[in-house]
Amino acid sequence: MPAGFSAADFFYILPELVLTGGALLVLVVDVLTSRQQRPLLGWLTVGVLLVTTLTLLPFSDANVVVSRGLLAIDGFAFFFKLIFLLTAIVTVLMSSSYIEVEELRAGEYYFLILCATLGMMFMASGIDLVTIFIGLETMAVAFYILTGLLKPNRRSNEAAVKYFLLGAFSLGILLYGMSMLYGLSGTTNLRELATVLATQERSALLIVALILVVGGVGFKIAAVPFHMWAPDVYEGAPTPVTAFLSVGSKAAAFAMLLRIFTEGLPFLAEVWQPMFWVLAVVTMTVGNLAALTQSNIKRMLAYSSIAHAGYVLIGVVANSSRGITALMIYLMLYVFMQLGAFAVVVMLRRHDVVGDELKDLSGLYFRYPVAACAMLFFMLSLGGIPPTAGFMGKFWLFSAAIESGYIWLAVIGVLNSAISLYYYVRVVVFMWMREEVLGSPITASPAMVVALTVALAGAVIFGVYPRPLFELAELSVQSFGGVVAAAEAISYR
Amino acid sequence: MSNTAEFPLLSLILFTPLVGAIVLLFVRRQSTDMIRWIANVVAGIGFFVSLPLWFWYEPRGTQWQFIERLPWIPSIGADYFLGVDGFSALLVLLTTMMGSIAILSSWTAITERVKEYYVFLLLLQTGMIGAFVALDSLLFFLFWEVMLVPMYFLIGIWGSDRRLYSAIKFFLFTLVGSVVMLLGILAIYFEHQAVTGVYSFDITRFHELSLPVDLQWWVFLALFLGFAVKVPMFPFHTWLPDAHTDAPTAGSVILAAVLLKMGTYGFIRFSLPILPEATVEFVPMIISLSIIGIIYGALVALAQRDWKRLVAYSSVSHMGLVMLGMFALTPVGITGSLIQQFNHGISTGALFLIVGIVYERRHTREISEYGGLSKVMPVYAVIFLIMTLSSIGLPTLNGFIGEILILQGVFVVNKMWAAVAASGIVLGAAYMLWLYQRTMFGNVDNPKNESLPDLNMREVATFVPLLVLAVWIGLYPAPFLRRLESSVTHVMSRVNSVYAPRNVEVGVSGLLMRGQ
Repeated sequence: MPAGFSAADFFYILPELVLTGGALLVLVVDVLTSRQQRPLLGWLTVGVLLVTTLTLLPFSDANVVVSRGLLAIDGFAFFFKLIFLLTAIVTVLMSSSYIEVEELRAGEYYFLILCATLGMMFMASGIDLVTIFIGLETMAVAFYILTGLLKPNRRSNEAAVKYFLLGAFSLGILLYGMSMLYGLSGTTNLRELATVLATQERSALLIVALILVVGGVGFKIAAVPFHMWAPDVYEGAPTPVTAFLSVGSKAAAFAMLLRIFTEGLPFLAEVWQPMFWVLAVVTMTVGNLAALTQSNIKRMLAYSSIAHAGYVLIGVVANSSRGITALMIYLMLYVFMQLGAFAVVVMLRRHDVVGDELKDLSGLYFRYPVAACAMLFFMLSLGGIPPTAGFMGKFWLFSAAIESGYIWLAVIGVLNSAISLYYYVRVVVFMWMREEVLGSPITASPAMVVALTVALAGAVIFGVYPRPLFELAELSVQSFGGVVAAAEAISYR
Repeated sequence: MSNTAEFPLLSLILFTPLVGAIVLLFVRRQSTDMIRWIANVVAGIGFFVSLPLWFWYEPRGTQWQFIERLPWIPSIGADYFLGVDGFSALLVLLTTMMGSIAILSSWTAITERVKEYYVFLLLLQTGMIGAFVALDSLLFFLFWEVMLVPMYFLIGIWGSDRRLYSAIKFFLFTLVGSVVMLLGILAIYFEHQAVTGVYSFDITRFHELSLPVDLQWWVFLALFLGFAVKVPMFPFHTWLPDAHTDAPTAGSVILAAVLLKMGTYGFIRFSLPILPEATVEFVPMIISLSIIGIIYGALVALAQRDWKRLVAYSSVSHMGLVMLGMFALTPVGITGSLIQQFNHGISTGALFLIVGIVYERRHTREISEYGGLSKVMPVYAVIFLIMTLSSIGLPTLNGFIGEILILQGVFVVNKMWAAVAASGIVLGAAYMLWLYQRTMFGNVDNPKNESLPDLNMREVATFVPLLVLAVWIGLYPAPFLRRLESSVTHVMSRVNSVYAPRNVEVGVSGLLMRGQ
């Protein structure tokens, strides 16, 4: 391995560099502009994200390891980075009116969103425990601050403190597990880790390390029983941040999870697969059952998001190329449906209405039929009813489970998605079959209209014609080290 | 394939209602009359474009006709693959006809949120047609689920008393069944890949598979759950009386006439031909459940005080008969089962229309509120009588043809079953005639009934096609039976392959006798 960095290393992290520069630019522009010009800042942020996406596109079929084995620029990373950038773009678009109503400081807000995105991108590319951890910290710290951004709001403060304390604690656990792995193998590089561990006796210490890492990762994806923070944080955080947290942070954590377990620990698959099996079942069941009784939309979506992490874990348990493809497709589709649902909730926030209780949706259809129809689509999509995107995602996950022989996991999964429809449909009942409530009129800013259009288009088009997305995901998985490793592990056994 | 349609007839039939629904979205919601006109015209066009299925279908031609095939999601082997055989062609015709009738019957019944109502009805129409014409199982599932949401709204918004409860019950029951069914389809899909090396959701390919028996057993159970809820078979029927009772008239008509056929269609299209061994193994269970359904449905119908609920329970009983005929696994029995599905659509659809007409005038479904209606509504009484007789299987009307074929098909297999089924038919005559007597005959006791207007031209028009078909099938069923022939032969050839080379009739019945 070369001793120093070369120019090529910087070429391959061009999107990240652009994003870093853009984030700094946003900070500078914030200082130079007056309060009245603040809406422009949002569009500037979107511009930065779009340019980053453009610079990312040339790397769609790259498959190299750069920076002395710290980063992998492959299809897997490409696909996840697309997810993060898309999430960030839609989040920023839906934020502008919310920022005005809540009187947040736009510059800080957008800067932190960009920082979190940057951290996620490194998590997806990292194939070294150190890179992954640094990416994770970058993202997490940004989110701690974002959560507490509603300074006068006690719930927001409480959420931030809770998130920070529990997050720091779980990161400690994760780091402890990682250090044990390093101690056992003498390397932090995941691919080297895999080769070293393959020849080693399986020690009790290794299993302990594995459990610690599962716990740390479980916290980030909000898997039960590591989910306690999620409902409070989701409810307390500013709504667009909740959206970003529930989609972006979760996707990044899954990218990290796949890197660590399928690339770094493929030879322990028979140990961690059952663990994730249990986590998946418990997570989706508890998430769905808890969501049934919620009257606050943000809390309901928080529990639903926990349940969705459970579904996505099915892809990890399957541990096959189909499973990983399914996971990636699902996370991409989740961007559209979850962000879309949150966009509608953000829209309900007016000067005189908080708008995050179920009853605030009452009769929405009578006054804003388009918004209600969009919400209907997002709910059906989250519930997995065709012809929406959510169905296509679930279809992949369950078919991956069946292909790998996890029939019962698939059965539990489909029954859970049937349960979940009860609370998704309840939202529809409020919107369509209840009397409307009074409040100042809802106005959608142009940015919000764009955000909703993107989300709705994704949820509808990928439900009817998912072919381009499927093909992109399948292509991206082909070069993924984890799939190769999984195949090797099977042939080795 | 040589029988590929040069003209995309099925797509045209499939998307006409959808286009109509989209057009309606752009009409101002205040102009209700215009919305009604558009909906009726679209439904009429929908029926008109489906007529070639009757005239152009070749009963002696290939198994699948009017085939259309385009790649949809090639990487997983799912195609936009449409085609019909004689049975599904008839069901599509039934759907487009009942759809137009349901839409016509709603003209004055629906006065609130008119636009949404017709949009949902038309979407539902597309979903139903899609499920009948899809030859790709993923596409089939997609349309199958598409039906759920519009029906949920139809019951939940325009229903009566306990509409929210009934709507969510309908939704969740069907959903649980169908998601488990999806797993069954996936199991077939992966087994097909393992055997042939090709990923495909093609139903016609599935029909050529011979799956391992233990896998068949599980897949049968998974599919059974999906289809049995829809049929509905005892004990999965509990959503049906609620859904029917609380649905608006058009919703009940569509539900009874078409949606219930989804379940039996699923058995014919998936369970029997793809899982013949498991089918034979499950005969005792399904026959038992069918017989319980026949008797139980009839007895509960006898005890009803609610007119609509009575008709709903009669549906449970009649669909039990349909399932009994199918799982006799004889050519005659299956033919009877198929034609009886069509008949049930006509007669029960009509009976729900009949309830709907007095409900619209009186806003009550209590049988005791009525009496002597034949004096104030003579035309209505005549139509009701014909449909009652059709429902109880009087010779010269359609119900008789189906029942006699089913009984004949069951009789050669097991005389006991036939006897029980026949007693169910007797009970059917009892509750229907008693209902007729209580509502139509006697004196007009209730002053509110004295000035009820008889049917107007629009209402008569909704019944005309049903009356014509009831008499036509009753007197000259040959054109219908001819169209069903290839479907029956195809299913029988798959089921028979299990115990070839023995004689068909003796083979099936012999095996079943031993199971006693």
